[in-house]
Amino acid sequence: MAKSQISLTVNGKKVEELVEPRTLLIHFLREQLNLTGPHIGCDTSHCGACTVDLDGKSVKSCTMFAVQANGADIRTIEGMANADGTLHALQEGFREMHGLQCGFCTPGMILRAYRLLQENSNPTEEEIRFGISGNLCRCTGYQNIVKAIQYAAAKLGGVPLQEAAE
Amino acid sequence: MIPGPFAYHRPTSVKEAVGLLGSLGDDARAIAGGHSLIPMMKLRLASPTHLIDLAAVADLKGVREDGRDIVVGAMTTQHELINSELLAKKIPILRETSLLIADPQVRYIGTVGGNVANGDPGNDMPAVMMCLNAIYHAVGKSGERRIAAREFYQGAYFTSLEPGEIVTAIRIPVPAAGHGYAYEKLKRKIGDYATAAAAVVLTMQGDKVASCSIGLTNVAETPLWAEEAGKILTGSTLDAATVKKAVAAAEAITSPATDGRGPAAYRTKMAGVMLTRALASAKSRAGT
Ligand SMILES: Cc1cc2nc3c(=O)[nH]c(=O)nc-3n(C[C@H](O)[C@H](O)[C@H](O)COP(=O)(O)OP(=O)(O)OC[C@H]3O[C@@H](n4cnc5c(N)ncnc54)[C@H](O)[C@@H]3O)c2cc1C
Ligand code: FES
Ligand code: FES
Repeated sequence: MAKSQISLTVNGKKVEELVEPRTLLIHFLREQLNLTGPHIGCDTSHCGACTVDLDGKSVKSCTMFAVQANGADIRTIEGMANADGTLHALQEGFREMHGLQCGFCTPGMILRAYRLLQENSNPTEEEIRFGISGNLCRCTGYQNIVKAIQYAAAKLGGVPLQEAAE
Repeated sequence: MIPGPFAYHRPTSVKEAVGLLGSLGDDARAIAGGHSLIPMMKLRLASPTHLIDLAAVADLKGVREDGRDIVVGAMTTQHELINSELLAKKIPILRETSLLIADPQVRYIGTVGGNVANGDPGNDMPAVMMCLNAIYHAVGKSGERRIAAREFYQGAYFTSLEPGEIVTAIRIPVPAAGHGYAYEKLKRKIGDYATAAAAVVLTMQGDKVASCSIGLTNVAETPLWAEEAGKILTGSTLDAATVKKAVAAAEAITSPATDGRGPAAYRTKMAGVMLTRALASAKSRAGT
């Protein structure tokens, strides 16, 4: 099948690539752009490990063709750190609050939490749990993931870190 | 899991989309959010050789008022339904239902047009659209026709759409101000399709039901409009005896499959339980 030319922005960089129409966005990101942060967990649209941010939406990249993302602005975990190389508040939160164990779900969790906090900068615990309900974690029991997101919300909202960590 | 090969088309008008579907024949398929279609393609349960992406057709987007109706463009996502102020005010059952569909990621991408046109009895919007007496605008080569949601569903994955036709919009008559509504869905976990679900829209006059419409999800090959149950309740005070009679009438039209969600008899009973809860909730929200 003839390849299609797509151009998009990924982590702030312009990208022009040829893809087969049936190439899934997750395979395009991982195999063509070597962005192996987004993971393939279930490959059936359930686990959220492949979640990326696309034009202001959290998207399961295993359930979208790369051609559908033509023209889009995408962010993956590789694009989360601050410009000066320091960790984003969410990354810091996951580290400080032990929001990960094996880490497999973490890139998807962080990208989903990123969009959640963009839409609701001060979510309740219930809103966080509902907001990450499309992301599965086999290790943590979610408790510390919720705390990590609360930590990031507090930090981004200007609350002193000492309190945020409590 | 990698889908079979296909050619990708991205039309920018309804005319162009319908033209492509018509000329490319049976192996061409429309794709909206792709959150039902792509999983099917990965399993090779669907192998279209042409995909017509509706994403760039601007005319298919948005929610607008048109006289006494609200018209929702087919490509409006579930996320957009949840955030529409107009719908929250006029047809709040759509927000309640959307929030019970899948998970946040799926709701950002899944469209209302794909949800109603898919024909999967597990989809939640069809029974709600039957309950609301919505009309689907369908456009094909030979122009537009309007199909009532209540007449649209023929069997599992089998609808009244002709080959080459797409749903462009859903026209919903706005229920009376002060109506009561509820969508009650039993599911095993977030992101699951319904074991059984019930949609209710009713109006009250004093302590009596002035009108009542009921839809049921995933308890037959198609979504169901429980017309008889609604009739039984009209004129009643929603007293326990009448509710019981109506629930029995609703259960009687179900014919669910026995599957991972439970045996058929259980799912029928759960449809009754969901209906009982939806009636109570709708009543408590109704103005008199
Ligand atoms: C993990 C997961 C959980 C889910 N849970 C639920 C749930 O609980 N309840 C629920 O209702 N849904 C659920 N869904 C399905 C989801 O809501 C889909 O997005 C929706 O059913 C289809 O919408 P779509 O825009 O993705 O359509 P697509 O997948 O693009 O299309 C579905 C079908 O409809 C056809 N089609 C699409 N648009 C049109 C149109 N305008 N005119 C004519 N034909 C059209 C396509 O050709 C295709 O055959 C779930 C999906 C996933 C991945
Ligand atoms: S890999 Fe995409 S949702 Fe699991
Ligand atoms: S940390 Fe292991 S799956 Fe979440």
